[in-house]
Amino acid sequence: MFKKILIANRGEIACRVIKTARKMGIQTVAIYSDADKHALHVKMADEAVHIGPSPANQSYIVIENVMKAVRETGAEAVHPGYGFLSENSKFAQALAAENVAFIGPPVGAIEAMGDKITSKKIAQEAEVSTVPGYMGLIEDAEDAVKISNQVGYPVMIKASAGGGGKGMRIAWNDDEAREGFQSSKNEAASSFGDDRIFIEKFITQPRHIEIQVLCDSHGNGIYLGERECSIQRRQQKVVEEAPSPFLDEATRKAMGEQAVALALAVDYASAGTVEFIVDGDKNFYFLEMNTRLQVEHPVTELITGVDLVEQMIRVAAGEKLSIKQDDIKLNGWAIENRLYAEDPYRGFLPSIGRLTAYRPPAEIAAGPLLDNDKWQGDAPKGKDVAVRNDTGVFEGGEISMYYDPMIAKLCTWAPTRDQAIEAMRVALDSFEVEGIGHNLPFLSAVMDHPIFIKGEMTTAFIEEQYPDGFEGVELPKKNLKRIAASAAAMFRVAEIRRARVSGRMDNHERKVGKNWVVTLQDTEFVVKIKADKKGSTVKFDDGSKLRVKSAWTPGDSLATLDVSGEPLVLKVNKITSGFRMRTRGADLTVNVRTPRQAELARLMPEKVLPDTSKMLLCPMPGLMVKVDVETGQEVQEGQALCTIEAMKMENILRAEKKGVVSKINAGAGDSLAVDEVIMEFE
Amino acid sequence: MRDIHQELEDRREIARLGGGQRRIDSQHKKGKLTARERVELLLDEGSFEEFDMFKAHRCTEFGMEADRPAGDGVITGWGTINGRLVYVFSQDFTVFGGSLSETNAEKICKIMDMAMQNGAPVIGINDSGGARIQEGVASLAGYAEVFQRNIMASGVVPQISLIMGPCAGGAVYSPAMTDFIFMVKDTSYMFVTGPDVVKTVTNEVVTAEELGGASTHTKKSSVADGAFEDDVEALAEVRRLVDFLPLNNRDKAPTRPFFDDPARIDESLDTLVPANANAPYDMKELITKLGDEGDFYEIQEDFAKNIITGFMRLEGQTVGVVANQPMVLAGCLDIDSSRKAARFVRFCDAFEIPILTLVDVPGFLPGTSQEFGGVIKHGAKLLFAYGEATVPKVTLITRKAYGGAYDVMASKHLRGDFNYAWPTAEIAVMGAKGATEILYRSELGDADKIAQRTQDYENRFANPFVAAERGFIDEVIQPRSSRLRICRAFASLRNKKAQNPWKKHDNIPL
Repeated sequence: MFKKILIANRGEIACRVIKTARKMGIQTVAIYSDADKHALHVKMADEAVHIGPSPANQSYIVIENVMKAVRETGAEAVHPGYGFLSENSKFAQALAAENVAFIGPPVGAIEAMGDKITSKKIAQEAEVSTVPGYMGLIEDAEDAVKISNQVGYPVMIKASAGGGGKGMRIAWNDDEAREGFQSSKNEAASSFGDDRIFIEKFITQPRHIEIQVLCDSHGNGIYLGERECSIQRRQQKVVEEAPSPFLDEATRKAMGEQAVALALAVDYASAGTVEFIVDGDKNFYFLEMNTRLQVEHPVTELITGVDLVEQMIRVAAGEKLSIKQDDIKLNGWAIENRLYAEDPYRGFLPSIGRLTAYRPPAEIAAGPLLDNDKWQGDAPKGKDVAVRNDTGVFEGGEISMYYDPMIAKLCTWAPTRDQAIEAMRVALDSFEVEGIGHNLPFLSAVMDHPIFIKGEMTTAFIEEQYPDGFEGVELPKKNLKRIAASAAAMFRVAEIRRARVSGRMDNHERKVGKNWVVTLQDTEFVVKIKADKKGSTVKFDDGSKLRVKSAWTPGDSLATLDVSGEPLVLKVNKITSGFRMRTRGADLTVNVRTPRQAELARLMPEKVLPDTSKMLLCPMPGLMVKVDVETGQEVQEGQALCTIEAMKMENILRAEKKGVVSKINAGAGDSLAVDEVIMEFE
Repeated sequence: MRDIHQELEDRREIARLGGGQRRIDSQHKKGKLTARERVELLLDEGSFEEFDMFKAHRCTEFGMEADRPAGDGVITGWGTINGRLVYVFSQDFTVFGGSLSETNAEKICKIMDMAMQNGAPVIGINDSGGARIQEGVASLAGYAEVFQRNIMASGVVPQISLIMGPCAGGAVYSPAMTDFIFMVKDTSYMFVTGPDVVKTVTNEVVTAEELGGASTHTKKSSVADGAFEDDVEALAEVRRLVDFLPLNNRDKAPTRPFFDDPARIDESLDTLVPANANAPYDMKELITKLGDEGDFYEIQEDFAKNIITGFMRLEGQTVGVVANQPMVLAGCLDIDSSRKAARFVRFCDAFEIPILTLVDVPGFLPGTSQEFGGVIKHGAKLLFAYGEATVPKVTLITRKAYGGAYDVMASKHLRGDFNYAWPTAEIAVMGAKGATEILYRSELGDADKIAQRTQDYENRFANPFVAAERGFIDEVIQPRSSRLRICRAFASLRNKKAQNPWKKHDNIPL
């Protein structure tokens, strides 16, 4: 076995690999760019080597810099993580040339599967079901239109070297095909340095289901069940689970066997993922093979008990697979939610900055990983629920503009799907992130969405269910009542403390009352609180009662409560007459007042926010790339107004309605802050 | 006997109605509460005790004798806020537009005298059309009687003004001399001369809101210390402020039970100061992470944002915080920030509130507008205020403490009790680049040489240790342990006794 490995990556995946290496008694080397000098993976590794400036194309993906770090530290093997150099055959070759093991598949397999067109041909030869489409390269936009018509709309235009949603467009007509071709090509060129494009049939009602395979260099291959990754936004996965609620045993077996056949056809040796698209009738088509460890690998680990990183390391060291296909049992259910630094209220725009608060829920070990003693964390053991959080950040750390905006992968495991979802809801409610915009509220909303609960999602789920973006969650009245009871009980505790300030008039202290009026989400609850040492009984004016128990004290930012036997977790900030409370994706202003205060508060006028409808506000901090319109110009709804670059992504801001530009406040090259007025309309 | 009791109740009933239901409704329609409703919300439920409910004016001019409403347009009395004694007056706009009469002023003066005698804060709720014109000079005399009491009470008991409607002309000078002024957005305004007079005299066309609304006074003029959305919020927030304040100048800063461990270690503070010395960071994060439960009551939040002033608690006890804000103008001192902080420091010192100063200051803002505006004297105010303050003073330098601004910001030399610095602190006459350009003027043409000189200067002075060697910094501390260290520092100063030499009063450069 290796004595020392280098992890050619950063963030949560670098940390993840270090954990397994440490468990195996292998020394670890981290590499870092300028921006990552104080990153978590650097702190966790035994050694760390600086490999260049912050942009990844000057550090993490510069093969020579990584090779230098390998040489300096004498690492015997390199784990590439995902992204960066993980599917770069030149890197694998460079390592091979210096007799350093690549913890990944052989060069041949990377090359064969790395190119989407080649991989499809190989898949066809291996009798793997594939999507109809045009396999050749496309010359120009007109060619793209012609081919799209041959394949038949809708079509998917994809960068040959693409991944992670970059360089992908769906076209429903000639115009979109033309535009999509051009933008895919541009994005592919800038992101991958390879602008080859291909076109295939776009499958409707599709689900994204992928098979995890594991092969050794002795010709053995197994599959470890599937992962359902249908919940995606712009081809970027958001929620994954294993197993899929959609597959039956026969389909699973057929997909698994085809996946292994494909892997063996290219002499695959490592962990790999064969992605399929599955239509409503459970027809499945090969999409691509990812010749690396997948982001969402933890859900497979959680239901199989196999540490995939450990297996990759063992295979790279030349060991034979000790696990046989028959050993693989899918046990229970695992869900993964990806926490992104993306603001759901602003069209999921990337958000960067300092994590002023980052407090993930406590990890709990349970399920197959624990049974097989493969648990990576130091978490205490649980019974029926596991919580795992793969992360690369910490409170006080920085989400930088240079890299992927993923902050953490929160996973839960439980014996059933419903239990795993419920565990995830609680875990999300307990996750505190402040300082940057993030998608926690959105993830909570998905966990409560009936389509997800029923397991009936397709890859169009987000697009169809949130066509106008995400605007927060309205909670059902039953939940409001629980929150109102909790808020009243908590507010009373806070007021009693206030009434204990020094300097009171003896014998004339303030007596904090029992009667309160709670308003939230335009609903009013009149309550009477009877408190004792163990908790508070909150009686509503309709006669119903709730019993609230909690160890919460004023100032705690998280309240974990028991409301009549059911758990409730609230993120809490004090406001003037109550709390801002966040739970289940809802962001609530909860006012708690005495009946008289409430009566007078009702007399107060509702304040209307200033009208920004005639302004274009900058939705994120970024750099103005270009302004497409001029003062005095009439613009149509949907017309591009300007382009802002943030986190390496170009975002085109469009006119929300028809209008005339009256003033432009920013020009190309200007850096802009959030909500800065870019232009005004008449 | 029944009838007599009934008569009292009837008279009370009439008095409570003030200017009558129609005017009360009109007040509500404007989004404003009545004088009585405001008092009710300000004080603990049921704690209000009224004075002079039946007091009526004595004016006989212009037919006034025919209309002598009980109370005469102002409600006065006392009550408690979280059990602590406060005196309050609340002008009743429904009675003669809340105008100030001789008798009305007498009522205000009565409770101010009581407040002084009994050592409790005075809270004034202003909603008045101005002087009672019918009374002429008697009304003006009334104002002046109030002014004189504001002056005498200054530094003896805290005085808080709420502007909840018009406050114009001479009337503005009573709030102006109190410790804090809070306004209500959209329904209050303050000015010496109104839009009509302004138009006549200077030909400027301006609305009352632009001339003296909450936004003007919190952002531009700094007359107001804060503004709130509506009456209900404003009154609740004043209650919150009173929780932080001592009742009088002989009282200690109040304490209350707390749930935040003084020994709480916060590792995220280790990364608060960015690697790049010119990169900003939010000083408010440090304030909320140091204080109990993240609770911070900011004063003048929207004015001179390059300095932050406000109240927090440590171990349950009030501490006044002054902090440079690197996010705005790099946290430099200028005319506005010096004035803002100086007034705050003097308030804290007058009322025995310990002061925590968080320093990241690159110096004073240069420029003609500053020099012409008299930054010398305004900057001196803050220096003066810190130097004369005898309350416990703990200072923490997080990053830059350059030049004269270092001296000003509660340095050891101004009788700082504890002067801490983080390892990232740079205590020097100026930044390395500026210093090198002066020291090595002859080498300016040689970029390499200058770079080396700059590096040398940085290595020598861009740290807290030169100052620590001299004892100007008592200790260099780890950011993560700042809360514990600062709590312990203040705890050790609880019995601090320091006195300035006898003087009639000082002569601060006004």
